[in-house]
Amino acid sequence: MPESIIELQGVYRSFKTGRTVVPVLQDINFGVNKLEFLCLVGESGCGKTTTGKIICGLLPPSSGQILFEGQDIASLRGAERRRHRRSVQIIHQDPYASLNPTQTVKEMLSYPLLAHRLVNGRRGAENRVNELLDLVDLTPVEDFVDKYPHQLSGGQRQRVSIARALTTEPSVIVADESVSMVDVSIRIGLLQMMMDLRDRLDVTIVFITHDLALAKYFAWDGRIGVMYLGRLVEIGATQQIIAAPQHPYTKVLLSAIPEPDPHKTRSKQHIQLRSEDIPRLTELPPGCSFHPRCPWYVPGACDVTVPQLALPPQAVVDSEVACIPLERGDELVLHDA
Amino acid sequence: MSAMSPETILRVDELSIVYRTDRGDVRATNDISFDLKRGEAMALIGESGSGKTTISLALIRKLPKNAVVTSGQILYQHDSNVQDVLGLSRRQLRSFRWNDCAMVFQGAQNAFNPVLKIRKQFEDTARAHGWADKTAIRKRALSLLELVRLDPERVYDSFPHELSGGMKQRTLLALGVLLSPQVVILDEPTTALDILTQRAIIDVLNDMQRKLQFSIIFISHDLSLAAEMADTVATVYAGEIVEIGGVDEIFYRSLHPYTYGLLTSVPTLEHAQDVLQSIPGSPPNLIAPPSGCKFHPRCSFASDQCQVDSPPLQLDIGSHLAACWHKDRLLASRKEDA
Repeated sequence: MPESIIELQGVYRSFKTGRTVVPVLQDINFGVNKLEFLCLVGESGCGKTTTGKIICGLLPPSSGQILFEGQDIASLRGAERRRHRRSVQIIHQDPYASLNPTQTVKEMLSYPLLAHRLVNGRRGAENRVNELLDLVDLTPVEDFVDKYPHQLSGGQRQRVSIARALTTEPSVIVADESVSMVDVSIRIGLLQMMMDLRDRLDVTIVFITHDLALAKYFAWDGRIGVMYLGRLVEIGATQQIIAAPQHPYTKVLLSAIPEPDPHKTRSKQHIQLRSEDIPRLTELPPGCSFHPRCPWYVPGACDVTVPQLALPPQAVVDSEVACIPLERGDELVLHDA
Repeated sequence: MSAMSPETILRVDELSIVYRTDRGDVRATNDISFDLKRGEAMALIGESGSGKTTISLALIRKLPKNAVVTSGQILYQHDSNVQDVLGLSRRQLRSFRWNDCAMVFQGAQNAFNPVLKIRKQFEDTARAHGWADKTAIRKRALSLLELVRLDPERVYDSFPHELSGGMKQRTLLALGVLLSPQVVILDEPTTALDILTQRAIIDVLNDMQRKLQFSIIFISHDLSLAAEMADTVATVYAGEIVEIGGVDEIFYRSLHPYTYGLLTSVPTLEHAQDVLQSIPGSPPNLIAPPSGCKFHPRCSFASDQCQVDSPPLQLDIGSHLAACWHKDRLLASRKEDA
């Protein structure tokens, strides 16, 4: 059993808006192994960003525990708490919104260094800032240290965000849609740089994206977790998820995505949903929340019991899924529309 | 310039547009030429800032005030009548927009008036174009809403906020074709939509186009969408079309290093590890673009010639054109890789 650096146990999170309570995350259980590439994928509103924030300790769970190196982060105090804060960092989606427009690159990167007393004075901070910029390929560094965010391109800003996340020498970085705002042609460069950082700096990266193809590229040797309406519905080795998806939602997603190859994408079989409407989080259907749309839905079962994430008994691959028929060891049978 | 064949519905000929700004003239598009045929779906692909949106805004004369068309023309042919779009009077323009050429903008969330019911917005559009019979409008609207796979009666009497993002996008498509335009321009039709909603929109668009027989120009940075929907693909770089051809020609035998670079930077869902590569550098500043071929600073095939001479958009095989001095080297290197 590989050592997990982060472990989520029975995590729930809800938000109150007015009088309604929105359950954004329900019963999330998974671990992040040290130095693995883990991707969380799902559509908007599935709770992937909230999960990322909870991992970082930016949001407390409504209930449940987050263990960092085996310790519940809610119980950390003083120096230990500060160490957790330093060790887990996040890179936000939008580099236009997440960088302070009134600060230069140097100011932005020096602040955490000085606040956490990671360097000796201004001179030390300066040296470290140069090292960090070098690490994220913003070279020659003299061209960048005194720039304000508006003087940088989208890709360069995202590199600054990454450098900022690295200031505290974290052991875990949550990258929330970190390349979705940059152009296709430079996306892969950013991603490859982040993948290199793992090897160079021993940092575990949790990558959050809505793009399954990107997840496949990033976590080829790692794992993908698929989320739907606040629950983790399938988690397993990336190559298995892509080649042999088990959960109906994962199957439908993979069949729906167009591919950059005219012949392939036009001959692809699309699985038809029973309904295209996504239920609101405030009016979640009973049982499995995918059942009103699921083409393999079993009446009297899927709409009654909430499935638990587990390895199914008849499994041919070792992905964990949350699906009633699979849980029972039945085969999925397409529902007549 | 060759004569327009009756099959051509829209011709853009050597169109150049600059934006006058305080920092200087931004050469947003430079000598753009293409023909759009009846029933054809053309994709304009390229990075942000490449000039894709400028081209489409020019087609409906919706350019911002500081934009100046410095040369070129846009010809629209309908019922063997040829109109010069750039020379249309205000009145003619009013009828040209939506009746002949409709644009569906990016971000359907914001395209509707939030305080008016969908019904009212269909009626207003129709009336503004001289169509007064409400029953007829209703009939047409309901049939279109059905075509986009919505519950027509329900949606027609809803307020925009009662519809989900995907439903709004589909309603917008129905509204776009209300007046049976011959050309529909779609700006990033599926960006910002969820995967399953994207799939529904693609299917609906394909359906609509088959039934209503209009031509499509769509702008996208998503190559997969182009692979799925386009008959013709044009790659736009730094305000110029650097390659244009049939979808298979572009995807399987691209002749421009930029197109090829885009293709090799997109991850796939194939059951094998992708070998991907970014294009180095970033798009050029269009106030002071590089000399010669504008792609040369980022191109691995660049030679001395590329720094000086701008390559013309030249015909290769079939309808495939590319602007590159080193097509043969690109093709040869791809053979080696394979």
